[in-house]
Amino acid sequence: MDRIWVVVEPVSGEPAGGELSPISLELLSGARELAGQVQAVTWGDAEALAGEAGAYGATTLWTAGDLGGGLPGPAVAAGIAGALGAVPPDEQPEAILVPHDYDGRDVAARLSVRLDRPVLTNVVGLEAGGSEGGDGALVSEHAVFGGAEVVKAHFTGAAPGLFVVRSKTFAASPGDGSPAEVRKLEVGDLGRTGEARIVANHVEAQEGPRLDQAPVVVSGGRGLGGAEGYAMVEELARLLGGAPGASRAIVDAGWVPYSHQVGQTGKTVKPTVYVAAGISGATQHLVGMKGSQHIVAINKDPEAPIFQIADLGIVGDVNQVLPKLIEALKQR
Amino acid sequence: MIAIGRDRERDREPMNIVVCVKQIPDPAEPGALSPDTHTLVRTGKLILDDSDRYGVEVGLQLAEQAGGDVICVSMAPGEEVSGLRSALAMGAARAILVSDDALGGTDALGTAKVLAAAIRTAEADLVIAATESTDGYTGTTPVQVAELLGLPSISFARKVVLDGSTVRADRQTESGYDEVEVGLPAVVTVTAGVVEPRYPSFKGIMAARSKPLDIVGLSDLGIDPAEVGPAGSRQEILSVVPAESRSAGEIVVDEGDGYQRIVAFLEELKVV
Repeated sequence: MDRIWVVVEPVSGEPAGGELSPISLELLSGARELAGQVQAVTWGDAEALAGEAGAYGATTLWTAGDLGGGLPGPAVAAGIAGALGAVPPDEQPEAILVPHDYDGRDVAARLSVRLDRPVLTNVVGLEAGGSEGGDGALVSEHAVFGGAEVVKAHFTGAAPGLFVVRSKTFAASPGDGSPAEVRKLEVGDLGRTGEARIVANHVEAQEGPRLDQAPVVVSGGRGLGGAEGYAMVEELARLLGGAPGASRAIVDAGWVPYSHQVGQTGKTVKPTVYVAAGISGATQHLVGMKGSQHIVAINKDPEAPIFQIADLGIVGDVNQVLPKLIEALKQR
Repeated sequence: MIAIGRDRERDREPMNIVVCVKQIPDPAEPGALSPDTHTLVRTGKLILDDSDRYGVEVGLQLAEQAGGDVICVSMAPGEEVSGLRSALAMGAARAILVSDDALGGTDALGTAKVLAAAIRTAEADLVIAATESTDGYTGTTPVQVAELLGLPSISFARKVVLDGSTVRADRQTESGYDEVEVGLPAVVTVTAGVVEPRYPSFKGIMAARSKPLDIVGLSDLGIDPAEVGPAGSRQEILSVVPAESRSAGEIVVDEGDGYQRIVAFLEELKVV
């Protein structure tokens, strides 16, 4: 693999910018291992991001510039499509990696139409194709059925392949590259596609470490019995220096915000310790946490699937076990 | 570049709110991949994807407020309509199903091309979809539809409000949410939990049987079969292998001292 482009994102809510999101750094690190040359694409204040992008392996940082309150999807997709139309054939990327998150999926979807290329999403592994891939094109891995099986896939059509990659697929590790050269993307006329405008930005108060970076995650599920039971999950997470998470069931039920969700439709976490409290272990949930180093599960139902992957399983009522556990930890 | 929808001057007319829905195998049944094609086995009855019930509910609430109809659009094999009937029973006015033998093995982009063509026939003012399906999780189709139709989109909306010909939505972000607004027509994807989907009433279920449900094929939509199906998808599954399995550890029944086991386990890991 000679050339990969990576869509990288400035951390949102940073008024000054100047920092790339964790998944952006992971994707740059992974691309650096896979390809001889890595270029990155972003938006906003690219000059402030060029140092970090370069350190993680990008030689060039393309930017759609200030979006003026617009969403990244339409502008970045149009900009990439324009750039690909302008660069010579021997400089075309063979693959484009996009973060599997809110803005990334918008970019990938619109770029897919602009280039008339299919997308492979939910990528959890990416390797240079050997005997399987045939032509050296990238082979992607996707977790299916709650991570019980892994599907390997590749593109059969013209390059570039569009891969939407989940967080934690690669470990972020800085290299020693010099700052990336900033180049402007020609976004052109977006027509109506670029009309959506952000009119206000709300940062929800968050204490402690981020869910996808915390060394300990304590997640609650329906077994808590009600929204008020979630306070125990938050308290235990705080006592362990971790972050509180949630199953899709209680997010859908409105007990906790979506930002707490762990699983296929939520965050992927790989903490040192994962505590599943009152979570049965639907495949939806397992795929987001089974990479944890150690798993503790508490559930009333001894047949709950979560016990099949737990290092320590307590068959019992979370509403009995958690208060005693919290009390014992407070005494220490 | 308004590819669909009516003139803004005509906005006193009832709105057409299109909700994209997917009919999927019952998630309660164990899933399987076909050993030959590695595609998801879709035998037996398909049901309305649970995440689409939120989209239908949002559509119905907006239609009730602004005056208009919900039109459900779906693509499924074998002229499968049971999931669409569920949406009609909730209150959708009519449904369009695209069903064609050539569509087996179609990927997200191909699906978006088909849905976009069907949505064009419905003169949509607003297109609503879930953020992703419960069986495939690709999560790109709705915004691909928006790009194909030349429309703006607001994805991952957890609250949607219509104000005349403007849609305002709270869009999920990594750190909270953004308030985003855009003029109609537009595409909005909604997260599960955004509203409480209604259960169909008996009256609704009875009424659904006689609501219009058009079944169309690729030729009706003017789509070249080469753009869809396995040929159009230009991707291939190479293998399906069991993941590295985690083995179950120690399982203890709580006799009132279960917490002590957890404390000891955390101590061993030096977490406490």
